[in-house]
Amino acid sequence: MSDLSYVRTEMLPEQAPPATAVGIIGWMRENLFSGWFNSILTIAAVLFIYMVLSIVVPWMVSPTWEATSLANCREILAELGREGHFSGACWGVIRERWIQLLFGFYPPELYWRPILAFVLLFVALAPVLFAEYVPRKLIWFSALFPFLMPWMLWGGTVWNPIAVVAGFAIAYFVYKAVDTAVGSIAAMIAAVVAAIVWWLVLLGPVVAGLSSIIPLGFEVVESRQFGGFMLSITIGIVAIVVSLPLGVVLALGRQSDLMIVKAICVGFIEFIRGVPLITLLFVASTLLNIFLPPGTNFDIILRVIIMATLFSAAYMAEVVRGGLAALPKGQYEGADSLGLNYWQAQRLIIMPQALKISIPGIVSSFIGLFKDTTLVSIIGLLDPLGLSQGIRADANWNGIVWELYGFIALFFFVFCFGMSRYSMYLERKLQTGHR
Amino acid sequence: MTTLTDPPKESFRLSMLIYDTRYRSTTFQVLALIAFLILIGWLISNTAQNLAELGKEPSFRFLGEPAGYDINQRLIDYDSQSPHLRAAFVGLLNTLLVAVMGCALATVLGVTIGVLRLSKNWVVAKIMTVYVEMFRNVPVLLWIVLVMAIMIETLPSPSAFRGADPEATLKVFDTVALTNRGVYVPEPLFSRSLGDLHLFGNSALNFNISLDLALLVAVLVAGLFVSGRIKHRADRIQEATGERPTTWYLRLGVVVIPVVIVLIALGFHLGYPELKGFNFAGGTHMRNSLIALWLALSLYTAAFIAEIVRAGIMAISHGQTEAAAALGLRPKRIMNLVVLPQALRVIIPPLISQYLNLTKNSSLAIAVGYMDITGTLMGITLNQTGRELETVMLGMLIYLIISLSISLVMNWYNERVKMVER
Repeated sequence: MSDLSYVRTEMLPEQAPPATAVGIIGWMRENLFSGWFNSILTIAAVLFIYMVLSIVVPWMVSPTWEATSLANCREILAELGREGHFSGACWGVIRERWIQLLFGFYPPELYWRPILAFVLLFVALAPVLFAEYVPRKLIWFSALFPFLMPWMLWGGTVWNPIAVVAGFAIAYFVYKAVDTAVGSIAAMIAAVVAAIVWWLVLLGPVVAGLSSIIPLGFEVVESRQFGGFMLSITIGIVAIVVSLPLGVVLALGRQSDLMIVKAICVGFIEFIRGVPLITLLFVASTLLNIFLPPGTNFDIILRVIIMATLFSAAYMAEVVRGGLAALPKGQYEGADSLGLNYWQAQRLIIMPQALKISIPGIVSSFIGLFKDTTLVSIIGLLDPLGLSQGIRADANWNGIVWELYGFIALFFFVFCFGMSRYSMYLERKLQTGHR
Repeated sequence: MTTLTDPPKESFRLSMLIYDTRYRSTTFQVLALIAFLILIGWLISNTAQNLAELGKEPSFRFLGEPAGYDINQRLIDYDSQSPHLRAAFVGLLNTLLVAVMGCALATVLGVTIGVLRLSKNWVVAKIMTVYVEMFRNVPVLLWIVLVMAIMIETLPSPSAFRGADPEATLKVFDTVALTNRGVYVPEPLFSRSLGDLHLFGNSALNFNISLDLALLVAVLVAGLFVSGRIKHRADRIQEATGERPTTWYLRLGVVVIPVVIVLIALGFHLGYPELKGFNFAGGTHMRNSLIALWLALSLYTAAFIAEIVRAGIMAISHGQTEAAAALGLRPKRIMNLVVLPQALRVIIPPLISQYLNLTKNSSLAIAVGYMDITGTLMGITLNQTGRELETVMLGMLIYLIISLSISLVMNWYNERVKMVER
């Protein structure tokens, strides 16, 4: 019997998709010219980009690096036949003042100290940020760095940071001793009391004594010599490092069942979040001396750091509270059923998860805090914005706008953008959900 | 015979305060309260001691004394003989003015940018991403001083508008003057005005309300209310019969026509800025400081609002859109009936907290010399009277009241739209 039907026995080879649907043409058809409206939008957007670039690029390419004043810049540009508002940037101001924008009025022969502190900052950050790539022992350096940094920047005797760290060691030994003798809660109280007594009462005389016997230390630099980006970074880093633990404690207080503790935490958080940072800085600059015992007069930068820390801690507390609230109730119940006590449950089960959930919020409040350090220029500290007022008032540079503010903005952008990218990386790294 | 041993006696021992979980939390709470009260008491006693040493007695009597300084941008009558309280009130109104203007512009910009960032058009989406990253990662104070500096350095001075062949001209059909002393825009005028309503008599907080404006707002609100009733009725008819009556012209009419009638009856016209002598006269003068603050705050906050809008729309799962499409809804109705109602629930709370941030950031006005509550009460009044404790406390209290009222609105909204869960 002859075959009536034709039956294909092998598959046809796959054909390449049409040239208009793949590759760069396909991509453009899909993303740029998928309809008449989209096409108009694309063309308008490209024209807009061209317009912006055709102004900005020639402006940036301007041979004024060696200029000594704005008038000098204009002469250089006029010789090239370039006139008008956007004829060219005047980079001379950056060449002349960038050192000042970096360090303020810090003594030039001591620049190595902030630079070294900044480099060590990254060494100290490495074990925290990229734990799997660096030796674990380095974490001890990270723990010591908060005490090392102020000493490197402000100088003074080496016994100051050592004595402060010794307070923690004393607290530890007291805890160990009392713990074996009496009990853990009494030991905790004794340790805290011992540390406070050491810091408030004994520290001063001991440091004075030691430094008279072995005078080791750096030249002291006054706070009013601080300025520029160094000041922003110092305030930012210290406030960030201190505000996270403080915020966690406040968040736990707000979530706790203890009514009075909760009320105090809620009151504090809502008060701080309800007022602008600038009013708190006014408190730092005018009122803090009134609130403290007569005769106390401590450093303005320290006062600002305290206020910035409290401000940031309140926001951090709300972020962490969000993370705590987002955890399923089963996690708390699971911890209870394992027989863990409150602190064990928090440390081993609740906090690791809650903090992971709140990473984006935590980092964005870090970024907010770092940006807010510019507010100190309003109460007269010379951060980059404070310095820029002085530079713009200088007869040589009167009328400079874009170059100066662009430089400062670029600096902040690099830091803040870097932080936000890092938080995305961290989120991906800690991602444990199934997708 | 067995003897029952008595259960151990429940005698109270001091150590139970710490080791017995029944008492422990109370113990800690009492300790915390005592520590807190000691701290507060310590601060108050320090303050009293310091103030006594300085010879200052806390009192708010300075608020009644003449302020002695001028405020150039203001909404109500004020001169240097007015008391400090009135200066603070002018400042508060200025804060609210820039906050309301800023919130409005930031919302418009933010929603537009947020939606465009989700656009399928790659170039547009990228431009919006650049905008958002640029504004989010640079301090708002820098934007404020930058905009201020740009306005002062690049805009023409009023004298450039003079002469037969001026260097600069008015913008927008010859009605808006952009100068380095500020922006002059047309002002609304009424030739058959109803006059003003004077409130609070001769106290420091007296102010006038334009009856024309009040009438317009009343007519507008009434029109919107009637329009709402018409929509409600159309909804009922649609539910009963399945047919929806066409109402858009009715709804538009009841809002627009009464307003137009009132405007004509009051003799509404615009007063244009004109060059007189060395400066512009007529029109509303918005100072550089106001414009710089307004623009910078709006542009900055718009970047955050854009992210909120984007996140809100993306939070609606794709299944919702697909289900709506499966029901046969058209894309526009999917957006209006399915996506937006759910997205708004996600968007509104953080949006309101951005409004709150904008209001608080408006305190940076002091950097460009805009006289808001920080500039008046906590700025010049503080310097002139030396009453730092009272002025800063009062200023913080005012900000706190503003913030808490916005929070109340937000909580009320959250309660209202909360999804009913099992």
